[in-house]
Amino acid sequence: MTQAPVEQKKTTAWQMYRAIVGIGAFCAILIVGVYMATAPQIKINQERFLASAVSEVLPAAVLTQAVALDNDGQLVVVEENADLPAFLGYDAEGKLVGAVMTSEAMGYQDIVRVLYAYTFENQAITGMKVLETKETPGLGDKVEKEPHFLANFDALDARPAADGSGLANEIVTVKQGEKTEPWQLDGITGATITSVAIGHILNISAQVWVPVLEREARAIPAPQPPAPQEPTEEE
Amino acid sequence: MALKPVSPTDEFVKGLWRDNPVFIQVLGMCPALAVSNTAINALAMGAATTFVLVMAGLSVSLLRKFIPKEARIVSYICIIATFVTCVDYIIMALSIELHRALGAFIALIVVNCLILGRSEAFASKNKPGRAMLDGLGMGVGFTFALLFIGIIREVLGSGTLFGVSMFPDGFQTWTIMVLPSGGFLAMAGWLLIVNWLRQKEDNAARRAAEAES
Repeated sequence: MTQAPVEQKKTTAWQMYRAIVGIGAFCAILIVGVYMATAPQIKINQERFLASAVSEVLPAAVLTQAVALDNDGQLVVVEENADLPAFLGYDAEGKLVGAVMTSEAMGYQDIVRVLYAYTFENQAITGMKVLETKETPGLGDKVEKEPHFLANFDALDARPAADGSGLANEIVTVKQGEKTEPWQLDGITGATITSVAIGHILNISAQVWVPVLEREARAIPAPQPPAPQEPTEEE
Repeated sequence: MALKPVSPTDEFVKGLWRDNPVFIQVLGMCPALAVSNTAINALAMGAATTFVLVMAGLSVSLLRKFIPKEARIVSYICIIATFVTCVDYIIMALSIELHRALGAFIALIVVNCLILGRSEAFASKNKPGRAMLDGLGMGVGFTFALLFIGIIREVLGSGTLFGVSMFPDGFQTWTIMVLPSGGFLAMAGWLLIVNWLRQKEDNAARRAAEAES
């Protein structure tokens, strides 16, 4: 004797729509709510982190001045940081020592955002820090840890071209161990795409920034150091 | 013979030892091995996963009659991804440094099979209170396991515990312990200990049963 198949209750299209749209709406409201609640604190934390990253890539700078490029490509002082902030760095005597810029491009998985320092004395990139990355842990994140890759930024040649149109030499990433020129980045085997992306990020940003900085940065007055706090009466 | 009803306390306690997600079920290995290079990272990843386990368990349980069986996996993943996004924002608001240390692994909590497993196997069939207790127990068990692995790796690999130096200056750190392979070594050591203890427990229970009969 064969058993009759068990009749299963059919799910209607309405039940499916109701569930999918309902859960989608619930999730969207929750994400927006949490985002709005945490956004102010995240902004404060990001500014604090950016300030410490700037002093890490350009330790000689005691004072910084936020700058940006206006629509005509001229260097201007700004109060509010742009999406990709840039700073001029001054030593304790108010002498311009370098500039710190932010740039980003697509890595292997997502956008890689880096901060780098250009020093006027060496006409070179002398510091780099990855601000944001979602690269594969253990592979793509080697760009933050590999000593030989970080050694590229002891003095990565970024001299401006004589005609001021860009860099004298394009910054490129080469295969690990094949670096022969000071403007080449010694890449990382196992993080090829990310290390090439870092070279690309630095090149596209420095091609624009370095000639402008060399031309106009010295004309911008150094910021006044913050006034020392007056001692209170109790002290 | 009727099955003994499971008490709410049992729902919580089972994740700590008997059904520990890492040492017994061997689930969620990717974060367990990758983010446990320091105790603080292990603790943060454990806390984030616990939050997602509890909240996803609660939501799935509340919505269990509303979600048709054909759409259950996509619904659970959507709910889990939402809470992971919330955790991502919360960690960024607490500390950018911690957020950077955990890196891509926060986003990867979405695909931690432990969370989807508990949603499918438990929360979708039980009331919200029990689903939360189950998630909390599993989360705390997961956190303890990560912390045990993280402590061993940080102490041997960096010579510190929660960033505090543990040894005199001359101590030679075991660099391998902070590398991914160190995660496997620490995990293997803990699995040996846990299995040995469980075997002892089983033997004691068997002897007691034989003595009774």
